Amino acid sequence: MSAVTTPPAPAGQEQRTRPLGRLAALARAELALLVRSKGVMFAALFVPFVLPFSVAQTVDDDTLKGTGLTLGLVLLPGAIGFSLLFAVYSSLVTIYATRRDELVLKRLRTGELRDNEILAGTAVPSIIIGLAQSAVLIVAVTALLDIGAPKAPHLAVLGILVGIVLMVVLAALTSALSRTAESAQVMAMPVLLVLMLGSGMVVPLEVFPDSLASVCERLPLTGAMALIRGGWTGELSGGDILTAAVTSLAWIALSLFAVRRWFRWEPRR
Amino acid sequence: MNTEDHVIDVTDLRRVYGGGFEAVRGVSFTVGRGELFALLGTNGAGKTSTLEVLEGLARPASGRVRVLGHDPFGERDAVRPRIGVMLQDGGFPSELTVRETLRMWAGCTSGARPIGEALEMVGLGKRADVRVKVLSGGEKRRLDLALALLGRPEVLFLDEPTTGLDAEGRQDTWSLVRELRAEGTTVLLTTHYLEEAEALADRLAILHEGRIASEGTVEDVVSAQPSRITFDLPDGWFPGDLPPLDQLGVTGHSHDGRTVRLMTQNLQQAATSLLLWARDAGVSLGSLDVRAASLEEAFLHIAREADGRGDSATAAASLDPRKETAA
Repeated sequence: MSAVTTPPAPAGQEQRTRPLGRLAALARAELALLVRSKGVMFAALFVPFVLPFSVAQTVDDDTLKGTGLTLGLVLLPGAIGFSLLFAVYSSLVTIYATRRDELVLKRLRTGELRDNEILAGTAVPSIIIGLAQSAVLIVAVTALLDIGAPKAPHLAVLGILVGIVLMVVLAALTSALSRTAESAQVMAMPVLLVLMLGSGMVVPLEVFPDSLASVCERLPLTGAMALIRGGWTGELSGGDILTAAVTSLAWIALSLFAVRRWFRWEPRR
Repeated sequence: MNTEDHVIDVTDLRRVYGGGFEAVRGVSFTVGRGELFALLGTNGAGKTSTLEVLEGLARPASGRVRVLGHDPFGERDAVRPRIGVMLQDGGFPSELTVRETLRMWAGCTSGARPIGEALEMVGLGKRADVRVKVLSGGEKRRLDLALALLGRPEVLFLDEPTTGLDAEGRQDTWSLVRELRAEGTTVLLTTHYLEEAEALADRLAILHEGRIASEGTVEDVVSAQPSRITFDLPDGWFPGDLPPLDQLGVTGHSHDGRTVRLMTQNLQQAATSLLLWARDAGVSLGSLDVRAASLEEAFLHIAREADGRGDSATAAASLDPRKETAA
């Protein structure tokens, strides 16, 4: 060991780190970790591509009769929804809880990173995978099922972005409320199930009885799914857009509040 | 030293955990620029709980804490770029390599040293491309130290920096810490190795059950403790046969069967008088042990006194399980 060192930069010229630089450094390390974690990679890369196409078997034109939807218009938002749930939400629940268990979050908090940068930087690789999958799915479904170009692309983009933010904060909240990485995965299951079935990604809400449908419309991901589908159909009314956006933002705000209040940076002793 | 030289300033710090357990119960101390201050204590004495507040990881229940003149919790941005922290448990993702871990940390550290330099400083140069999960416990401590040193910190917090290191690794860390201190770094370290505090610290505080039981230089803390003479009297001789104890300069005594223990603040006078008496009286003192006060005895004494029991073996065991108790 030796303390023979390079001289520090002259006073005043020393480079202070910036939020984006810190975020990038953390995201780069997380990306390396994601690539090395086979379980997370499998869940992130394959599940979203396999599941929606098995759904295609259960939804046929009979089910959709009278709803004005086509298979492609059900399948694409559903596939993007799966991508959000598995590549972003489910992966991140495990990642946040594992980093907490490994005391990585505590260690990161001793440095210059701020709390929100730690949560965001950790999420970046999962977000990138979610976005890349959505892009691939859009291209594939457009090519295979001939659904045409989106009629209101801004709504689709808004829907995907809102959905991603929602998945990140819900993942942080789920891991906050669970004791270990294992229990976080268990806690994520019912969330995944309810959001899969109730957000209109497997079964369109239009085929549900009205009472059930009105509950489902209040679920966290329903708004994002409606915006994405509306992006292609172009048939979303101003009121529908507002409802979808407000519901989504309310869930994001609520989850953010809960995360700030209850997120734990180290395991319970 | 005026207050502006106080790099660390802690006044009446209290810390209470969720369950209501009060881990730190009114701790006050200051550390001057370039000083090496050690917080010593048994497990659960409140060392790490105190340190976490100074590092800005936790808010105190009450009291005032300043690091470089700022509140480390509320003014995180002002403090963090100027401090380095070595936690008790690493907190590294196990699948990253040593170099990747440092690269990540460098991206989050203002004015970071080159990674190779940090690795050389802690002797991990040859392990740069090894995954963290295969490092030994000692190597992980070194990696932790490298992270703490990366930003050329003005203030270094080291939480049990040598726990898990072998003797050589401990010496390496000690000499590195000495060099950093010589370059002007202020260091606050916790340890439960007394010899570590003795070897490194300018000043130290002994924490016991959340309070400072003794504070000062090693000499201050030790000199507050009496030196000790222990011996066995031969058959037929009794403690009452000794010369008057105040003439020997003895301030306290105890005996157990034939074994006599004398306490004194003036070891030379007491030992000389006792040995002269023994020669003149023709008494052979068995198992004679003349012992100057040490930090270890001071520590055990504090633990015993604060506990209100004479259970020195327990205190020594929790202090350092590898060490035989001297009492």
